[in-house]
Amino acid sequence: MKRLLLILALFVFAPPLLADDTMPPAAYAYRQLDDPRLEAKARGLMETIRCLTCQSQSIADSDASMAGDMRNQIRERILRGEDPEAIRRWLVERYGDYISYAPQVSPATWPLFAAPLLLLAIAALLLRRRFARSGQSGAVK
Amino acid sequence: MQDCGSGQVIAEFGLAALWLAAALAVLQLIAGGVALSRRGDALGAVVRPVAIVQGVLALAAFAALVAVFISTDLSVKLVAANSHSAKPLLYKIAGAWGNHEGSMLLWVTIMGLAGGFVAAVERRLPERTMMATLAGQAFVSIGFYVFLLFASNPFTRLAEPAAEGQGLNPLLQDPGLAFHPPTLYVGYVGLSIAFSFAIGALITREVSPAFARAMRPWVLGAWIFLTLGITAGSYWAYYELGWGGWWFWDPVENASLMPWLAATALLHSCGVLAARNALRAWTLMLGVVAFSMSMIGTFLVRSGILTSVHAFAVDPRRGTFILVLLAIYIGGALMLFALRAGSISEGERFAVTSRESGLVFNNVMLSGTLGIVLIGTLYPLLAEAMGMKVSVGPPYFNPFTALFVVPMLLVLMVGPLLRWRLDNFGRVRSGLIIPALILVLSIGIAIVMAPGKMLSIIGLALAPALAFASLLPLRGRRLSRVKLPLWGMVLAHFGVAVSLFGMACDSAFTVEKLVAVRPGEAVRVGPWQVTMKSITPIAGPNWTALEGDLQASYNGTAPSLLRPQSRSFWTPPQQTNESALLTRWNGQLYTVLGDEAADGRWQLRLWWKPFVTMIWLGGVLIALGGLLAMLGHVASDVRRVIARSKIAFRRERQGR
Repeated sequence: MKRLLLILALFVFAPPLLADDTMPPAAYAYRQLDDPRLEAKARGLMETIRCLTCQSQSIADSDASMAGDMRNQIRERILRGEDPEAIRRWLVERYGDYISYAPQVSPATWPLFAAPLLLLAIAALLLRRRFARSGQSGAVK
Repeated sequence: MQDCGSGQVIAEFGLAALWLAAALAVLQLIAGGVALSRRGDALGAVVRPVAIVQGVLALAAFAALVAVFISTDLSVKLVAANSHSAKPLLYKIAGAWGNHEGSMLLWVTIMGLAGGFVAAVERRLPERTMMATLAGQAFVSIGFYVFLLFASNPFTRLAEPAAEGQGLNPLLQDPGLAFHPPTLYVGYVGLSIAFSFAIGALITREVSPAFARAMRPWVLGAWIFLTLGITAGSYWAYYELGWGGWWFWDPVENASLMPWLAATALLHSCGVLAARNALRAWTLMLGVVAFSMSMIGTFLVRSGILTSVHAFAVDPRRGTFILVLLAIYIGGALMLFALRAGSISEGERFAVTSRESGLVFNNVMLSGTLGIVLIGTLYPLLAEAMGMKVSVGPPYFNPFTALFVVPMLLVLMVGPLLRWRLDNFGRVRSGLIIPALILVLSIGIAIVMAPGKMLSIIGLALAPALAFASLLPLRGRRLSRVKLPLWGMVLAHFGVAVSLFGMACDSAFTVEKLVAVRPGEAVRVGPWQVTMKSITPIAGPNWTALEGDLQASYNGTAPSLLRPQSRSFWTPPQQTNESALLTRWNGQLYTVLGDEAADGRWQLRLWWKPFVTMIWLGGVLIALGGLLAMLGHVASDVRRVIARSKIAFRRERQGR
């Protein structure tokens, strides 16, 4: 499955992103940006981008060569002054929602965001019921 | 050939023991069920002995599996697929449960032993409830025996013995991970006992403080092991994966976190039931939910559904099996609960300002957190089944769980100070002035030191106030008179604060340095000066490695040596990075050796992580608090039993 994804990714990738284990890693794969403010921005984004060749890791925590290429890509774009959220949108456009660990509200994901509201409502209801009733019985000493 | 012959039958012996254990579980279920009827007393007498023998047989089967792994019997399919003759002994043994079949056998073994232990020692509850409980335990075991025997037999032979085994995943060849799964399984299975108690109580409608006292040590025990298991797993991921992350909201991690959250809630509501005979139905409900979470966790990890929903759909035998078991047990238990909940009264009442209310708030918030983790973990699978791929990660889990956890931690500062049933907030107000001041002060400091990082600020602000408030229940008491369970509570709550502080510091203050250096070059990371001395090749039992000699000096003090390795395993071929850590009281220096760069330089990854060790120290404190509470409760139970038998003995003598 992993290999399949990798092959798939190779087809989808544009030439500058072409990943190959035999090639040396790209410039910014294992190097930080010199400006700590920009690096912090890049790091924040990388931590929320899924590595497509490993299981459940972000590209900030991965040794896979593809993750290295994506880190390079993100750092270069941040250096060019792009906004992290714009880069995220660009990545999602290419690879789909799956690449981003930060789900956006969409027809596919609305239950994820409705659920916390529902849970909060249930919690409030449970607590209210419990305390309203015990408030009355507070007279029972 | 001849001494081979004696070794050859070990696998068959194990399989036979497993079949016998399964048969005894069926007998235990039937006898326990019949014992509930009026005429079934005679059969009831066999239930306890059968439960004990069933546990022993399961243990024998497991011992047989460990034996074939130790002798690397390559005619057993499982050994050939997961072991290797050149592997160190520790990992040969750990290999027995480092795979699907073996871990399921470990699961039923622990379950059988726990059931046998309950049958042997638990005499406080009405015998009818005990029969129902042991029948329930047998009912759950049967499902897992069937699963083992028909869908994942660990003792299957190969037609032709393999020439050599395929080895164990190198990432798993680590002492921490050798003992991680058994720890978690003890936790999961302890919750199965709580589940069986809940079923027993639902069937016989016997919910009482005595019931809660019988269930509590099991819940506490399970919870201690889950706490330790999660803590150890997190530390393993931290140092083994080589990037300094300690929690990834990975479904496998969530699978252990969910039972823990449910068990934490159950533990607290159990306390209310034992002390005040309140929250009766709620406690039973949590007993069912906690074990359900254990089973969902096992399903997630063991069915292969996480690797890919599609792979799961292609070979769904095992997954479907566990799914059916889940449906039977969870669905059945919830149905039983729905049928009986109406006839179980809520129990004693209490006012809004009372210890009980604080615990109700804790329970509701923990359940909310559990809900978020459950949805965030299962939704991507559901979406994938419907043809959409979404990822849910830290940007979702962190803020939404904080929504429930932060209010809970605020109430945690006050709740333990309140009295049972009815209290007056004015009584405790004076004690809370200092924590409130600490809170305000640390919010200010945190905003200055970690600007813009919302969750870190909340954590940094809450932790010191919570640490202080957690000690307040000891105020005004003579410390030599404080009972163990109270010490346990104080220690566990203090541990929560410690852990929270570690998490917040790690996310707020970590310094990262990714560089390529030549031997002799020095790098600065935070207060450290790290010099790369040399690179040397070394060899281990089943790997070769390049080892970097790093000299690290903290603010100019005498340097210490670190030796991170980049290891190449050959069975199976895989590269791992062995990080080297340097621990100080105020944090850890984390070093990883990467690949060689083009021009003779070497990749280094360095992190300075202030107070990161507090995360796991807090986890250990929480577990230790649980242990103290458990010892205290068990000791007072034993004292009560002894006193009662003394009274009975005296009465008998006087009567004579």
